[in-house]
Amino acid sequence: MAKKRKYKKKKSYVNAPPTGMQVVFREFMKDKLALFSLLALIVVIVGVFIWAFFIIDQQQLMRISLRDKFGAPGEKFILGADQGGKDILGQIIVGAKNSLIIAISITLITGIFGIIVGLLCGYFGGWIDNLFMRIVDFFVTIPSLMLIIVFVTVVPKYSVGAFILIMSLFLWTGTARLIRSKALSESKRDYVLASKTLGTNDFVIIVREILPNLSSIIIVELTLNFAGNVGIETGLSYLGFGLPLSTPSLGTLVANANNPLVLQQYWWVWLPASIFILFMMLGINYVGQALRRAADSRQRLG
Amino acid sequence: MWKTIVRRFLIMIPQLFVLSVIIFVLAKFMPGDPFTGLITPQTDPARIAELQEKAGLHDPVHIQYLRWMGNAFQGDFGLSYTYKRDVAALIGERAMNTFWLSLLSVILLYAIAIPLGILAGRYQNSRLDKAIVLYSFITYAIPTFVLALVFLFLFGYQLEWFPTKGSVEIGYEPGTLRYFWNKFYHILLPAITYAILGTTGIIQYLRSEIIDAKAMDYVRTARSKGIPMRKVYSKHIFRNSLLPIAAFLGFTITGLLGGSIFIETIFGYPGMGQLFVSSISSRDYSVITALVMLFGFLALLGSLLSDIIMSIVDPRIRIE
Repeated sequence: MAKKRKYKKKKSYVNAPPTGMQVVFREFMKDKLALFSLLALIVVIVGVFIWAFFIIDQQQLMRISLRDKFGAPGEKFILGADQGGKDILGQIIVGAKNSLIIAISITLITGIFGIIVGLLCGYFGGWIDNLFMRIVDFFVTIPSLMLIIVFVTVVPKYSVGAFILIMSLFLWTGTARLIRSKALSESKRDYVLASKTLGTNDFVIIVREILPNLSSIIIVELTLNFAGNVGIETGLSYLGFGLPLSTPSLGTLVANANNPLVLQQYWWVWLPASIFILFMMLGINYVGQALRRAADSRQRLG
Repeated sequence: MWKTIVRRFLIMIPQLFVLSVIIFVLAKFMPGDPFTGLITPQTDPARIAELQEKAGLHDPVHIQYLRWMGNAFQGDFGLSYTYKRDVAALIGERAMNTFWLSLLSVILLYAIAIPLGILAGRYQNSRLDKAIVLYSFITYAIPTFVLALVFLFLFGYQLEWFPTKGSVEIGYEPGTLRYFWNKFYHILLPAITYAILGTTGIIQYLRSEIIDAKAMDYVRTARSKGIPMRKVYSKHIFRNSLLPIAAFLGFTITGLLGGSIFIETIFGYPGMGQLFVSSISSRDYSVITALVMLFGFLALLGSLLSDIIMSIVDPRIRIE
């Protein structure tokens, strides 16, 4: 009996092509490492937010106590303490929270702007397309990392919000270019032409008809951008041009290693944060790759 | 061919112009001026005001911009405030250091990436291929500064295989063989770090190119003529797949410039990237503007180089 039911269930699959979520689900079931990365990421991100907002007392954490200077990992501090006797584990959690919030904001801002510009350029073409593609070309060739650093040092009343906007200013171009090329090929398809012949409003075609067809690519792009943004933010904070000093970040923790003495002898000050960044990047990228495979029927495993 | 190059050059001009305007505006927002470098406690404020007047710092902005560009074209970027030296000479010195580091990085990068890409493509889906794909995935995901720090900690401080700072030790006479060897020894670890980080693009491109080529008609023709697979690979497939790799060179240069900021800072290597970071920290604006302009120019040159190589390799994309 049981066997028969299973067969019947499978049969219903064959008739209708699998929907987006089913494809993604199958891909993750097939690739156990990707599934593990996804679950681990969710646990880590949710854990970091809960821990940082509800358990850690920030003022207590940032209090300097010279007696614990460079305290080794042990009972008092699970991961040791830094130059000011501050708990490393707590700083990693708060830093990770800040880094994640910034990376998510930048991803959303650049994503929304890039998608809008890409859709408009790809669908309408003409002078809008020419104008924006010249701007994109310009951003691709300039040394954006240096300009971000210069901007950060020039801006008066520097804050987290200013940092997010400066980063977004330089990072929207990749998404815009990708979405433009996809929207361009989509807008030549029969279903769009048919819709146009019926007299559908351009806005409706873009939002209701083209956008859903690009959704899988957008999800992949946003995931990979998210990983990239974590990397850039921590990198800039590491150099000292990221977050304002009052806001701890994973990068500023790693920056402790700029002191050769810390780098050599007090590895627990900088190594855990580095490893945390490394595994987070690996995890997000791995999930992104699995999503990319799910979005492209030729590469699917499941 | 020449048309393509000339056209690309003409596209570069407006891009450089816009970049220079942005940098000029940013420089105007920065405190200080070219004479800040001359100020000592003994300087009379009236004398500085006189110099500023003479240099035209009170002129309208567009005239100042034109003068600034004119001086930049003649290689005059003013004086460095921290080093009390001519900016062009200072950068020139550092540029040589960055050049040697970049050269070795590019050589190592291609030496690692090309064999790995070929092996992965040739033995597709084997264990070796899977290992190479995993390697290129990890190096893609890992941030530059994390790998550089771990390498410095591991190979520099723990194992003591490499020096941890500087470009050459004091006490070696310039020009001797030992001096060059010592310099090379200092560049090696940063160059290896960069090379490992930059391999992903080339490996993935080469791998998919070779996998695609396997199914091509010319490969089947060669096989049906009785040419052994080994020869088909070395004489037919590799030749076709390797050429476009040359075009990566331009992008590699652009990437190197961005990476040099991290790599040179971490390894304490006195190149342009490190100069940039230290100038930002000491608010040395004449050096900063000159460096951003130079990096922008080099990045544009890199993408130009890529396009030129591409149009030599693949005649289809030339502009008629």
